[in-house]
Amino acid sequence: MMEVVARVRRDYLLSLLSQDKRVDGRALNQFRDIKVERGVIKTANGSAKVQIGNTTVVVGVKLEKGEPFPDLPEHGILVVNAELLPLASPTFEPGPPTEDAIELARVVDRGIRESETIALDKLAITPGEEVWAVFVDIDVLDHDGNLIDACALATTTALWDVKPPEDDAWTLERFPVQKKPVAVTVAKINGKLLVDPSLEEEQVMDARLTITTVEDGSICAMQKGGPFYFTRDEVEKAYMLAKEKSAELRNLLG
Amino acid sequence: MEKPEQLIVDGKRLDGRAPEELRPIKIVAGALGRADGSAYIEMGNNKVIAAVYGPREMHPRHEAQPDFAVLRCRYTMAPFSVEERKRPGPDRRSIEISKVIREALQPALFLELYPRAVIDVFIEVLQADAGTRTAGINAAAVALADAGIPMRDLVSAVAVGKVDNTIVIDLMKAEDQWGTTDMPVAMMPRKKAITLLQMDGHFTEEEFKRALDLAMRGCEQIYEAQRRALKEKYAVGGTE
Repeated sequence: MMEVVARVRRDYLLSLLSQDKRVDGRALNQFRDIKVERGVIKTANGSAKVQIGNTTVVVGVKLEKGEPFPDLPEHGILVVNAELLPLASPTFEPGPPTEDAIELARVVDRGIRESETIALDKLAITPGEEVWAVFVDIDVLDHDGNLIDACALATTTALWDVKPPEDDAWTLERFPVQKKPVAVTVAKINGKLLVDPSLEEEQVMDARLTITTVEDGSICAMQKGGPFYFTRDEVEKAYMLAKEKSAELRNLLG
Repeated sequence: MEKPEQLIVDGKRLDGRAPEELRPIKIVAGALGRADGSAYIEMGNNKVIAAVYGPREMHPRHEAQPDFAVLRCRYTMAPFSVEERKRPGPDRRSIEISKVIREALQPALFLELYPRAVIDVFIEVLQADAGTRTAGINAAAVALADAGIPMRDLVSAVAVGKVDNTIVIDLMKAEDQWGTTDMPVAMMPRKKAITLLQMDGHFTEEEFKRALDLAMRGCEQIYEAQRRALKEKYAVGGTE
C-alpha cells in the first residue's frame, strides 16, 4: 500500500521549502528531537529504543551459538533483520518482508559490517565449527519518517549495550565493539537538501541519500533511494551535511 | 580461488587492466523475439539479458495508478550463473537490487504518459563476474529504448572501488571479493544526473570524490557503447 499526500498539502510543503522553511518549523539541517535509551529489554543481550520525533524503533541484540560460513570459518556471524510491524503504520501489512523492510535491514547491516563495528574475528568458539552469531532485530513501532537513521542509531546503541552472555563458551572480557557508525539520510525535495525527513516530507521527496560515516568522517556505506536523481554537486553537499550531523548523533550514543 | 597476495601488481590488475580501464563491453539491442524491447550485454565475464514488456495493462488491476504508469523491475540470477549453484527465485539481495535498479531507471522515463499502465523490466543474469546490477541497468536502458519508450536519456552504470589502496573501475569478482570498497553508480550522462549510488567498504572524503569522478567518466564510455548498439539496430543504411 502506498502513502498518499493531498495535493494542497504537497503544494504548501513545497512553497514553504522554497523559502527554506519546513512545516514543523525546523531548519533544513535540523533533526527532530531525538531520544535514545539503552538497555530497555532485559531478555536481550543488548538493546536500545530510539525516537526521532514520533518515529519509534526498538532494537534487540541476541547472541547465540551457530555455525560459521564456510568462507570465513573463524569469524562470528552478523544477521540484521527489520520488521515493519503493522502496528507502526496503516500502510504496513502482515506477511513476508517487503522490499522496503529488506532495504532498511540491508542498509543498516552494511553500515555495521563494513565499518567493522563488531570484531567478528574474535567471535569464534571452535574455528570452523562453532562461532557466536550476533542477531540484530529491529522492530519499527511507529513510522513517522526517516526509519533508516532511527534504526541505524538504535542498532549502534544496542551493540554498545551488549553484555556478554552467561555461558562457559564466552571467553572475552567484553563484547568486542570498536566503532560508532551513524547513518544520516539527506532528502532532496524540489532541489533543496534537508536532513531527517518526516513522513510527509518523504512522501513528496524526489530522492534520498543515506550516508553512514564513522568517527573520523570516512564513509562506510551509502544508499540512494527514491524515484529521481542527485547531481554531483548535491552528492557532495549531502556528504557535508551527513558529516556535520553524524557528529551530533554520535554524541547521543554516550 | 584462493586470495592472491596482491590484487594489483606493478600498476596492473589481475586481468592486465589499468586501474581506470573498463572491461571489454559488448551490447546487442533487440536480442529477444517476444519482448517489446530487449538487450544483451557482456561486461567482461558478465552475461546479462534484459527484456521490457509494456506499457501494458496492469495486473493485478488494483495496483494500477490513476495518473502514471508503474515501473516494475525484477532482477534474477540463473542458478548456474555463479560458482556454487544459487537457489532459484528471489532472495533478499535480489529484492534490494531490483528496487535500486527500478529507482535508477525511473528518472529517465515519462511515466505520466501512461496512466494505469505498467512497464515491466526483467533482468536475468546468465553468468556473473561482479557488477551484475550495473550490467543489468546498462542492458535495461537499451531494452527500454528498444521498446520505443520515450526517455529523457539512457542510464549508464558502472561500479568503482578500492583495491590494494588503489581506486579502480569496473571491479571483477576477485576485486569485489577481496577489495576494500565497492560503489556502484548509475547516471543519465547528458544531465550528469546520478540515479543510483550505493557504497560499502571504506572511503575517505577525498577517495570518495575521486571514485565518483572516475565512475562518471566510465559511465560516459558505457553510454557510447549503448548508443552504438542502438544505432547498429536502428540506423538506416548501417552504422555511422
